[in-house]
Amino acid sequence: MEKSLSWREFIITRLIQGAGYSAIVFVGLIFFFLLREGLPALGDVDITSLLSVRWYPIEDYFGILPLITGSLIITLGAALIAVPFGIGAAVYISEIAPRWMREILKPLVELLGGLPSVVLGFLGILVLSPYIRVFLNLPTGLTAFTGSLLLGGIAVPTIVSVAEDALDSVPRAYREGAWALGATKWQTIWRVTLPAAKSGVLTAVMLGIGRAIGETMTVMMVTGNAPVLATKLGSIFSPVRTMTATIAAEMGEVANGSAHYHVLFFIGMMLFLISLAVNIIASSVVFRAKKRAERILS
Amino acid sequence: MIFFSRLYARPPQTIIPPMKRLLIFLIFSFLIASCGTSNNSASNSSAQYIENKGSDTIVNLALAWAEQYQSEHPEVRISVTGGGSGTGIAALINNTVGIANASRQIKKEEIAEAQSKGINPVEHIIARDAIAVIVNPKNLVSELTLKQISDIYSGKITNWRGVGGEDRPIVKLSRETNSGTHVYFLETVLRLGDKKDKTLFSMDTLLLPSSEGIISEVRDNPNAIGYDGLGYVPKDLKMIAIAEADGGAYVLPSIATVNDKTYPIARDLYMYTNGEPTGIIKEYLDWILSPAAQEIVAKLGFVPVIK
Repeated sequence: MEKSLSWREFIITRLIQGAGYSAIVFVGLIFFFLLREGLPALGDVDITSLLSVRWYPIEDYFGILPLITGSLIITLGAALIAVPFGIGAAVYISEIAPRWMREILKPLVELLGGLPSVVLGFLGILVLSPYIRVFLNLPTGLTAFTGSLLLGGIAVPTIVSVAEDALDSVPRAYREGAWALGATKWQTIWRVTLPAAKSGVLTAVMLGIGRAIGETMTVMMVTGNAPVLATKLGSIFSPVRTMTATIAAEMGEVANGSAHYHVLFFIGMMLFLISLAVNIIASSVVFRAKKRAERILS
Repeated sequence: MIFFSRLYARPPQTIIPPMKRLLIFLIFSFLIASCGTSNNSASNSSAQYIENKGSDTIVNLALAWAEQYQSEHPEVRISVTGGGSGTGIAALINNTVGIANASRQIKKEEIAEAQSKGINPVEHIIARDAIAVIVNPKNLVSELTLKQISDIYSGKITNWRGVGGEDRPIVKLSRETNSGTHVYFLETVLRLGDKKDKTLFSMDTLLLPSSEGIISEVRDNPNAIGYDGLGYVPKDLKMIAIAEADGGAYVLPSIATVNDKTYPIARDLYMYTNGEPTGIIKEYLDWILSPAAQEIVAKLGFVPVIK
C-alpha cells in the first residue's frame, strides 16, 4: 500500500515537474529556431543595409529601422492610453463600484478581452479611421494613432482583469487600517491599496503591453503599413509599418531560404528580444520592490 | 483505369464483412493509383491528361477553367500549378507540361533555348489584365498622364494641386510588395516600362494587404489615389482616364479600350503550347476562347478577349 502510494507520488511529481520544465523547453526551442533561421540574415545582408531606413524587400532594401520605430511608437501610444485607463477601471471595479455594478462590469470587461482582433480592425477601418481623419484633419485616417487607440482597447481588458485581481487580493485590514487613521477613500487607494498591489498591477501592465506589441491583424489593417522612419512624436499621426504586420504580410510569399526569408525571421528574433527585455525589466522592478518591503518588515 | 473506377463507383450489392470490404477498397485504390501513375508518365502522348503550369497571376483563372472544363468533360484531367511565368515556360522547354501559363510574353532567349531542344512555343492570348487607377468621386482630377502617376507614386508630386486638383495632400495607396499587381504597376507605371529605371515607390506609400482595403480607403478619403484590377473596381469610385504621353488622348479603362490596346496599363495573359495544339489541348484552348469560358475571365476580375 505504502509502496504504491510512493510510486504514485513519484509519477505525479515528475509529471508536474515535466509540465513546468516544458515551458522552458518550448521557449528555448522557439528561440533556437528563430536564431537558426534569423541569424543567417546577418550573412546575407550587410549590417549597414539592415540599419538603413528603406524597407523594400523585392528590390533588396532590408532596412528594419522603420519597422522597429513603427512598432515602438504604436506600443508607446497604446500604453499611454491603456495604462491609465486600465488601472483606473480596475480601481473603480475593485474599490469604488457597488457590488451589483461590479458583477456586471467584470464579465463585460472579460468579454471585451475575448473580442477577436480582426473584428476590432474591421471596426477601425470602417468607423474609427474615417472619423480620425476628419476630426484631426489628417491626410489619411490610417495612422499609428488609430492603431494605438485600437491596441489600447485590446490591452485594456488584460490590464483591468489582472490588476483588479491584484487589488482584490489586498487584505481588507490594510484599508480598514488606513480608514481608522482618518485617510479619505482616495488617499487609501493611492497610498495603501495600489502600492500593496504594486507587483500584480505591474504584471498587468506588462501583460497588456506584451499583448499590444505582439498584436498583428489590427495594426496591419489600420496603420497603413508605410515603412517610414518615425523620428519624432508627431509621427504618431502618420502611417507606420510594424514588425508584426511585416512578417504577417510577407511571410506567405517569400522564397524559403532567401535573404528576405532570413530577414523576416531576424525581425521575429528582434520581437522576441524586445518582449524578453520588457519582461526582465518588469520582473526586476517587482523583485527589487519585494526586497525593499522585506527589509522594512524585518 | 476507367473500367476499375466504374466498377468501384457502383458498390457491390452482396453483403461483405467490413474487414473484407476495407481490403477490397485498399486493393482497388491501389490499382487505381497505379493506373493513374502509369497514365501520368505517358501524359505527353495521352489524350486524357493536360499538365498546365506557370504564372501565379493566371493560376486562379486557370484553376477555374480547369474545374469547369472537367465538370463538362469528365474524361479529361487537367492539373494546374503556379510557380511563376518563368517556371511555366521552363517546364514547356523541358517538355514536362502541355500548356505553360505566362503573364508576360516569351523572351527571345527562351525561344532560342526551346528551339535548340526541338520545342516550338506557340503563343495564345487567353485573357487580358488591366489596372485601373482610382480616386474618390469628390476628387476633381479625372485625367492623368502615365508620367504624372509615376511622379505621384514616386513622391515628386505630393499635392493634388500639382495635377490640376484641389489643394489637398495626396495619399498614395498600393498593394503589398508580394502582389503581382504591385510589381506590374512598378514596372509599367512608376518606371514607365524602362528596365534600367530604378525608381521606387515613395516611402510614405501606404501598403495595404488587400484590394478591399484600397477600395474602402479610396471610397472614404478624398485625398487618396489607388489602383486595382479593372474587374474589382466598384461603380461608386472614380476611374482615371490615362494618357500614355503628354498631349496624347486620355483613355478610360474598359473592356473595349483594353482590347483595342488604347488603354496603357493593360497586359495580355498568355498560354504557350509546343507547336500548334492538337487533340485534347486544342479542344481545351478553343473552349477557353469560347464566350462561356471568357465569362469566367470577367468574373475573376480580368478582361475577356474579344475576337
